[in-house]
Amino acid sequence: METMPRWADVILVPLINLVLAFSVAGLVVLAIGQNPLDAIYFMIKGSLGSTRGIGYTLYYATNYIFTGLAVAVAFHARLFNIGGEGQAAVSGIGAAVVMLAFDWPHWALALPFAIIGAGLFGAAWAFIPAWLQAKRGSHIVITTIMFNFIGAALLGYLLNGLLKSPHTQNAETVNFPEGAHLPTAHEVLAPLGIAFNKSAPANISFLLAIACAVLVWYLLWRTRLGYQIRAFGKSEAAAKYAGINAVRITIVTMLISGALAGMLSINVVVGEQERLIKEFVEGAGFVGIAVALMGRSHPFGIVLAALLFGMLTQGGFELLFEMPAISREMVLVIQALIILFTGALNYMVHDPVERLFLRRRKRKA
Amino acid sequence: MDIADAFLQLVLTMDMTIRLSTVLILACLAGLFSERAGIFDIGLEGKMLFAAFVSAVVAFESGNAWVGVLAGIGASVCFSLIHGLASITYRGNQLISGVAINFLASGMTIVIGHAIYSKGGQTPTLSGAARFHEITLPFAEALRDVPVLGPIWSDMLSGHKPIVYIAFLVVPLTWWILYRTRFGLRLRAVGENPASVDTAGVSVIRYRYAAVLICGVLCGIAGAYLSTSQAAGFGREMTAGRGFIALAALIFSKWRPLYALMACLLFGLLEAISNLYPNIDVFGLVQIPVQFTQALPYILTVVILAGFVGKAVPPKAGGEAYVKER
Amino acid sequence: MAASDNQGRRETAAPAIELKGISKAFGPVEANKDISLSVAKGTIHGIVGENGAGKSTLMSILYGFYKADKGEIIVNGTPTQIPDSQAAIAAGIGMVHQHFKLVDNFTVLENVILGAEEGGLLKPSLAKARKHLVELAREYELEVNPDALIEDLSVGHQQRVEILKALYRHADILILDEPTGVLTPSEADHLFRILENLRDQGKTIILITHKLREIMSATDTVSVMRRGQMTATRKTADTSPAELAELMVGRKVLLRVDKTPAKPGKTILEVRDLKVRDDAGVERLKGVSFDVRAGEILGIAGVAGNGQSDLLQVLGGITVATGTIRVNGDAIDLTGRHSDGQSRRARGIAHVPEDRQHLGLIMDFFAWENICFGYHHDPKYQKNRLAMDNAAILADTIGKMERFDIRPPNPHLPAHSFSGGNQQKIVLAREIERNPDLLLVGQPTRGVDIGAIEFIHQRIVELRDAGKAILLVSVELDEILSLTDRVAVMFDGRIQGERITAETNERELGLMMAGMNAEVA
Repeated sequence: METMPRWADVILVPLINLVLAFSVAGLVVLAIGQNPLDAIYFMIKGSLGSTRGIGYTLYYATNYIFTGLAVAVAFHARLFNIGGEGQAAVSGIGAAVVMLAFDWPHWALALPFAIIGAGLFGAAWAFIPAWLQAKRGSHIVITTIMFNFIGAALLGYLLNGLLKSPHTQNAETVNFPEGAHLPTAHEVLAPLGIAFNKSAPANISFLLAIACAVLVWYLLWRTRLGYQIRAFGKSEAAAKYAGINAVRITIVTMLISGALAGMLSINVVVGEQERLIKEFVEGAGFVGIAVALMGRSHPFGIVLAALLFGMLTQGGFELLFEMPAISREMVLVIQALIILFTGALNYMVHDPVERLFLRRRKRKA
Repeated sequence: MDIADAFLQLVLTMDMTIRLSTVLILACLAGLFSERAGIFDIGLEGKMLFAAFVSAVVAFESGNAWVGVLAGIGASVCFSLIHGLASITYRGNQLISGVAINFLASGMTIVIGHAIYSKGGQTPTLSGAARFHEITLPFAEALRDVPVLGPIWSDMLSGHKPIVYIAFLVVPLTWWILYRTRFGLRLRAVGENPASVDTAGVSVIRYRYAAVLICGVLCGIAGAYLSTSQAAGFGREMTAGRGFIALAALIFSKWRPLYALMACLLFGLLEAISNLYPNIDVFGLVQIPVQFTQALPYILTVVILAGFVGKAVPPKAGGEAYVKER
Repeated sequence: MAASDNQGRRETAAPAIELKGISKAFGPVEANKDISLSVAKGTIHGIVGENGAGKSTLMSILYGFYKADKGEIIVNGTPTQIPDSQAAIAAGIGMVHQHFKLVDNFTVLENVILGAEEGGLLKPSLAKARKHLVELAREYELEVNPDALIEDLSVGHQQRVEILKALYRHADILILDEPTGVLTPSEADHLFRILENLRDQGKTIILITHKLREIMSATDTVSVMRRGQMTATRKTADTSPAELAELMVGRKVLLRVDKTPAKPGKTILEVRDLKVRDDAGVERLKGVSFDVRAGEILGIAGVAGNGQSDLLQVLGGITVATGTIRVNGDAIDLTGRHSDGQSRRARGIAHVPEDRQHLGLIMDFFAWENICFGYHHDPKYQKNRLAMDNAAILADTIGKMERFDIRPPNPHLPAHSFSGGNQQKIVLAREIERNPDLLLVGQPTRGVDIGAIEFIHQRIVELRDAGKAILLVSVELDEILSLTDRVAVMFDGRIQGERITAETNERELGLMMAGMNAEVA
């Protein structure tokens, strides 16, 4: 029985949740003696007010599209992949190995291999939890959390040993070949006569992210595999009746999810850092959870949510300069509140709205 | 290295193990109460972090460490109530709620800390009565020279902060509550088959909230220990994943209090080893890197979860909100 | 003296339970409408009705799970408010739920005291309960080891624990909701002996069931519910199964399907010595053998839970088994890589599962997405190697909706917004139009309105007349008798006997379903 129109479920309820999250965040800002409206103004200005701001916003959004898609694909198979953080971290190793293997003459040659390297390593890190879930029934949430820590340890070990640059004290690799430098927004747009800030890190990985979003949409709603993933996620029992192989779907879905999370290192490691450092994921794996929830696990929603979170991240940095009393971790607070309201407290808003529609319908009848 | 030296090394390592295990034990038992009642809690980390921060601030401002602990407990309980609201009252996803709480703690501690002290989230160093000091057990000095038992008593067991002893007392207390009292029986039933409690005319919601509150109290003490005992003030992300190690220990112990103590001591020992002996040479052949020792608790937990060595079966009703069936 | 005597007499005269004008609605659905009922003390009172007639709702009101919108509850002559289970227990009402409310990894003793502990510590409560349990066991033939874990007990013993729980709480009125659904026939017989024993000791028992046989053999009085209303109350001795059945369904139970005699052809399905164990290691099928031929409908009758569901699941490729199954003469894989539902479909087996909402459909998927469910590999639904041809599926759906009169004929509605009958037609359209060699059908008309029942039966007969083999599992004897050509009765994981449908009757099948030897019957 349909109790409430689809638009209310898909747009109205998430919007109310978003407003609630921002309102509570506003209260926090008030509590530390600052003006929340000023904060919003500076955040928007910092993230969209200049090509530099936009460049950073897009750079962060690129990361969040990747991790958001990773979480969403798993969600569709009713798997909660909380391990995007670890999968992204390990994927950096794959990207770095590829980039350091040759003296790449041109980025267009290096990029496909870097994508394969990063994707394979990210997928590999998702494989073991997926296999354990499918074959041994080990709770994937817990195993992926554990694998986040194991992945961080692995990365730390390699950056202090095998992959460590001899030229520095820091745990990092040597720089990647200069020829493989990915074009930045500035370099792409300059020939078109569009001036874009030179230092902004946005690069062609953003296009890769958009392509991934389209591919994920195609996968989920157009392909046979996507059909099986969604059917499996909706009802495991019915999937079994239909002869859908639970083990295969669980593992394949997680491999796709891990590979998507791994694309983050194309943006950060290959595109921006041009070397592998230790803490390059910076929580983007977790932000992916918020992005997927906010975007209702639909690629279009995820791109929008990722842009919003990109704005928040970049705006948060700028905020620190304009309003020194507010630390940039305010962004974490906002993220937490969005996850809380859209993810965990969804029924708090959903139920009253539903009742409202029921009452309205009754009055009409 | 002769035997006496090796023995002293051992005592030193065990002394450190006890210190490092304390926070794990408290957090692990916190998770045990919550999960035994059917509420998954991956937000132990966040609750501890927030409690560590609040107790550091209050201890500094009031100059009294105990007042700091109470404030830390209060802070942690607030977060517990959010978790309860989301997962009990509004039937939300308990894992997502836990993730949110971890984020909230990471953000709030720095935002508020920075607003008050402008030190990038750090709180001022605690000293004097604002910090806990070691307790010397009776006869610690007199017995120090007794062979074997002397060092164990005086160096290993004596000379810890009060919360250490509290943590070790909470273990048998938890066991007793869980298995010897009406409250414990109902709490466990709520986590296994809430309908059995509901049809007996007992409120499932009340027991789940009670469990979540106890979880908050214990996480609060654990967090307060970090900032007022183990360290002298709050530092950014100072829990450093201990909430997740505690979660791992909980699974490792199969949700049983006495095994939880063992698991936490084991994981504490691993942390002590990685602190004291960063790279271990095995007979000069292989070097065990420090990262491996650090990751070992997680690896062991995955092995246990895989069910190759004794299957860990969580409470049956865990993770599910209780909805009366028609 | 006289006054107290009088009082005593009046108390014995007052019914144990009296309900007056109870109504309860869930949104637009009226589950109970103005129900009145009186249950005399020291009797076994049956309440019968079809699934969804409102029996369970009524009992939930009596046990404080729901609050009635209107009406009055009178317990032992005293008007009583029952806002929650605690109040029901205090009023002396105990309930044995259909699905037991036991904690599996607790002992019997712990389960018995749960919620009825005395004081904060367990020790005294446990000691007291242990003593009390011994007494109860002796008094009512309810032996069970107090220190056993629930998960180690048989279902019958678990039920005893539920009864003990109620008695430990001093229940005088015991409600049992479909108590035999999960029991073997011998366990059920034992249960009824226990209930008679309890009645003879002065307890009042309300027995909810949809099985007429149990009502006839176990109760003193019986009330019939239909569509939320109490339609009649009879003394059991003064009524007959036929009358009760009529009262339950509200019409003469006469299902006749227009069909010609079967013309069986070659053997399509050959099942030999099929054995299945469930997850708990209990043997559910204990060596089942039978054949189904082209152009005939073989019915599998039996009380629910005697292995019919397991049989369907094995044939449909949902669970694994040992033994042999041949389709068109070739053995099919029962445990290996080709034992899944896809391989079964490839061998010409189509399956309309018993539980369409749980197995046969994805309730959140649109109708068109459900039309290719299970056949999503079919080349006609593919656009290329990766993608499905959604337009082709949509077109196919529109055709099927027309041919099977699925309403509303909108392929873009999710499955859950169709009525039960139309959901079933979606599944049937999908499976029948595959033109399978063998069609497996489980409970085809469960929860389906009368108009759709006739339509569904017709389609099944048409498929038979097209020379296909059909295996039909149903707990409705009427359906078996009117639709099938041959019938096999399952009892306790075995085929108890086989009959030509035209040469048998309800009585004979009923005896076989109760485990009586076919020859004797």
